Amino acid sequence: MLRMALAFVLTLALTSVGHAQEAGLSPDRAATGGAQTLNDILARQAGQAIDDSFRRDATGNPDNAAAIAAQLGTLGGVSDAETWRALRYGSADVTVSAGGEVASVLVQDGGMRWLEFRSTTLRTYGGWLLVGTLAALALFYLVFGRIKIDAEKTGRTVTRFKAIERFGHWLLGGAFILLGLTGLLVLFGRVFLAPLLGKGVNAALLDWSKWVHNNVAWAFILGLVMVFVMWVVHNIPNRTDLHWLRKGGGILFAHEHPPAKKFNAGQKMIFWSVILFGGAIALTGVSLLFPFDLPIFAKVFSALNATGLPQLLGYGELPLALAPQEEMQLAQVWHAILAFILMAIVLAHIYIGSVGMEGAYDAMGSGEVDEAWAEQHHSIWLEEYRAAEAENEKNSTSPAE
Amino acid sequence: MKAMLFGFAAIVVIAIGANTVLGALSYSSADRFSGSSVRN
Ligand code: HEM
Repeated sequence: MLRMALAFVLTLALTSVGHAQEAGLSPDRAATGGAQTLNDILARQAGQAIDDSFRRDATGNPDNAAAIAAQLGTLGGVSDAETWRALRYGSADVTVSAGGEVASVLVQDGGMRWLEFRSTTLRTYGGWLLVGTLAALALFYLVFGRIKIDAEKTGRTVTRFKAIERFGHWLLGGAFILLGLTGLLVLFGRVFLAPLLGKGVNAALLDWSKWVHNNVAWAFILGLVMVFVMWVVHNIPNRTDLHWLRKGGGILFAHEHPPAKKFNAGQKMIFWSVILFGGAIALTGVSLLFPFDLPIFAKVFSALNATGLPQLLGYGELPLALAPQEEMQLAQVWHAILAFILMAIVLAHIYIGSVGMEGAYDAMGSGEVDEAWAEQHHSIWLEEYRAAEAENEKNSTSPAE
Repeated sequence: MKAMLFGFAAIVVIAIGANTVLGALSYSSADRFSGSSVRN
């Protein structure tokens, strides 16, 4: 829930990437006859929002033209400056003979804000998020060490995941790692690799990365669907999760392991993050894959507006008239932000499934876990598993009627 | 172990398959990226 709320807040925060905030006071512009004032310029340089309607709406009026035979009549009612303003603010009536709606946008200054965001904020915060997560995991390891199996291993195993479940998991996981690495190369190659290896090597690497990213995406989508279908019933929250969380999973706030069914509350959080973030990443990714064919943000914003939330939070109505380029910019921004958040979450998942916990890897490796491990981490599941096994045995040994 | 390797193999198969199918349909990302006047 918290994550969803965060995602929503971020969505709203980022609409300003595609759209300048136009709210604000409308100062007295009498001195300039309604045109830009020094205050406007200073405010803009200070990064403050200004009411730019004096410019945005000053696009001339053909009906104001002098009669054709009158003085200046042949010039019409719209000056060059006014035409350019209309082009810049997207209100010009542009007709193009080729290239469709995309080509009819001649000036899109939101593109500069997008470029700026991608090459500074996104790289900086995204990069440090991953570095910080790795550091936090290293610290966690130093403090808590490897979580051991407390009891003696029994040598008897139970089947935790069937082959098809493990297949789906690794289809998703393998694709995720490839997409994460190639995505990072696309974003950071120019700043880190090009100076190091030269532009030629970087270009070849990015060409390859792009092929991998574009095509492995389909394996990721299939894996996501498989994992969702196979595990959703085991991931519906219930009361045992509250108890588990209160104990910090038996690591943070207590040293006895709280009971859990097939998945504990921590695993459920990972599951829902992967489904929700992964789903949104796939959606924005496919929108990027076929540029301008599958715009999604106007629809998302319209749905959000209908909930009344953006208005409640002071963002006003989210813009619905988005230029095709703006759709792509929003898709890229959200694709990358959500990918960074999910990569950080998945790093923690990889840690706990490998070095962080003794016996955890077996569950996805061979599918077989030691009974002592199952008892410690998923006691309720183990009981249910044994009950089902006993039931099966009874059925198979009871004589046919 | 085997399921994991099958999963990884499937990634390769799906990726090459996607590339082939989308290319054959003229609906690859590169096709959609550029207009008819641009070679890709
Ligand atoms: C259905 C799955 C996905 C599709 C269709 C997809 C598609 C795309 C596309 C078309 C791009 C733009 C590449 C370019 O600049 O030409 C991209 C960028 C990127 N993707 Fe994905 N992607 C998917 C999943 C993922 C996943 C799972 C991750 C992370 C683990 C990821 C991380 C990234 C990153 C970091 C970028 C770079 C953003 C940038 O350059 O600013 N993607 N993706």
